[in-house]
Amino acid sequence: MAEAQNIPVGSTTAGSIAVAAESTVATRMSAPPSFDVDSFPVPHGREEEWRFTPLERLRGLHDGTAVADGGIRVEVSAPEGVTQETVGRDDARVGKAGKPVDRVAAQAYSSFEKASVVTVPKETVLTEPIRIAVHGEGGTAFAHQVIELGAFAEALVVIDHTGDAVLAANVDFVIGDGAKLTVVSVQDWDDTAVHVAQHNALVGRDASFKSVVVTFGGDLVRLHPRVQYAGTGGEAELLGLYVTDAGQHQEHRLLVDHNTPHCKSNVVYKGALQGDDAHAVWIGDVLIEAAAEGTDTYEMNRNLVLTDGARVDSVPNLEIETGEIVGAGHASATGRFDDEQLFYLQSRGIPEEEARRLVVRGFFAELVQQIGLPDVEERLIAKIEEELEATVA
Amino acid sequence: MATLEIKDLHVTVEADNATKEILKGVDLTVKQGETHAIMGPNGSGKSTLAYSVAGHPKYTITQGSVTLDGEDVLEMSVDERARAGMFLAMQYPVEVPGVSVSNFLRTSATAIRGEAPKLRTWVKEVKSAMEQLQMDPAFAERNVNEGFSGGEKKRHEILQMELLKPKIAILDETDSGLDVDALRQVSDGVNRVRETGEVGTLLITHYTRILRYIKPDFVHVFANGRIAESGGAELADKLEAEGYEAYTKGGASA
Repeated sequence: MAEAQNIPVGSTTAGSIAVAAESTVATRMSAPPSFDVDSFPVPHGREEEWRFTPLERLRGLHDGTAVADGGIRVEVSAPEGVTQETVGRDDARVGKAGKPVDRVAAQAYSSFEKASVVTVPKETVLTEPIRIAVHGEGGTAFAHQVIELGAFAEALVVIDHTGDAVLAANVDFVIGDGAKLTVVSVQDWDDTAVHVAQHNALVGRDASFKSVVVTFGGDLVRLHPRVQYAGTGGEAELLGLYVTDAGQHQEHRLLVDHNTPHCKSNVVYKGALQGDDAHAVWIGDVLIEAAAEGTDTYEMNRNLVLTDGARVDSVPNLEIETGEIVGAGHASATGRFDDEQLFYLQSRGIPEEEARRLVVRGFFAELVQQIGLPDVEERLIAKIEEELEATVA
Repeated sequence: MATLEIKDLHVTVEADNATKEILKGVDLTVKQGETHAIMGPNGSGKSTLAYSVAGHPKYTITQGSVTLDGEDVLEMSVDERARAGMFLAMQYPVEVPGVSVSNFLRTSATAIRGEAPKLRTWVKEVKSAMEQLQMDPAFAERNVNEGFSGGEKKRHEILQMELLKPKIAILDETDSGLDVDALRQVSDGVNRVRETGEVGTLLITHYTRILRYIKPDFVHVFANGRIAESGGAELADKLEAEGYEAYTKGGASA
């Protein structure tokens, strides 16, 4: 049985909710996916996939004027048994998980010099994470990263983005049959950085993929996590957390393409916004193709608007081409920081700043617990508190 | 002995682009150890009195004073009032998703007491207070007021009153929406705190029913934004028999 729902809870003047009309995932893109940047017209801002993004802040990533000048340092540290290679665009593994779907992703693909490939051989179960530190040193860069897990391999990858950069990238996750990959991508950029990336996951038969996207920093961050299944029985869990401050544009656009029967997906993104012109965009596209019988999917986005002057656009979109599924649903809600909650907590002697922290912590708690990695959880909570301190101050 | 003194309190509220005066000169003194019942018809301003004394931002004080042992309560923030010894049990307690009751109670007790209660004694204290209110221990792990029944919300309010030990407690329609069993349990909780002699209680209610369980020293009839008549417990019996009609007629023209 298909069940679709959209429950706006306490939407406010400060936040706004847009609900997708009848556009379809396929037709709302202005060109079909392609590795060639010239297949995509230069966006003017009214296209469905660009309409929320301030193009003038993309620093030329969208119109061919951005020129790579290095200025970004990437360090990969991996436990034994993992191989790292630097390859050209002709390597079969590059682009295997998915094609660029917009002009910036295609520009990144057309412009990177060498791709980095990290491989976890089949049946290798890592106990230590693979860490990829991407540190911007003020330059412009195009990058391509591939992470491939052989059959029944298990790995955790933590990708950390810090510093200042203008970066366009594609990140491919190729997950072999029965393999398990967890990827944590932290966008802890300086407030001047611009980061546009497409994440392509190809989930093998009975494999599982967990993506945790955490966005704090940047002037403009636009991430596009996408999932496709290479075989039946695959599972994808996409978790996201963002704290959008004054003047920041943070956009998360997700696509789960249920192209294969008996796969599961679960999407939960939560964001808090504070300050003038903080803008968060969440697009959640789930497509259940006609062949994908037995699909089980749910997606949810929740936003907490802490101050006036912030804006949320949340667009869940579920398309179902077969009724023979286990379940499908979506929910989106944007609520304002509730003065009544604040009054209640304060009336019990709890000072205002502490009351705000309690409420925001509470808002993120359930999501943070789902990450299942204690050190990442602790770091996130600490970072969230730090972000909130900044507002209170 | 702590004393709450409300003098000539005038309060307005903004509604439909107009300023409306709800309280029109309230005089009331509540001392530690005393129990006052404020009774009155809907819309007479009883809850406004409770919320404006607690400091809810919706209400504007235009005239008068509220002091606790001579300290100006109106100058204090909401949390400062609570730390000074004021407590408001709300008619509609607010849900706080993601914040557990146990975390909330401990954070609150820490704020009120000025230091974190020792974990071992605290756990016992909470456990025994919950038992007395016949609350399931699992309750502590639920999120504050989320999915609570009407009775659970009120018990949770009184649990806080027991743990926070205020000098002055205002109970806003704590009896509303309770069945007789829940009313008795909640009243027993209030009485346990009263028996310490260390709390002044202001019981706001529409019905006389709760006064069978919580015996007031003073009863005030609230009508048209002020206290229309004050008396002893016998005044409640008169209200029970005659209703509020005698007080509301005059107010209609104001």
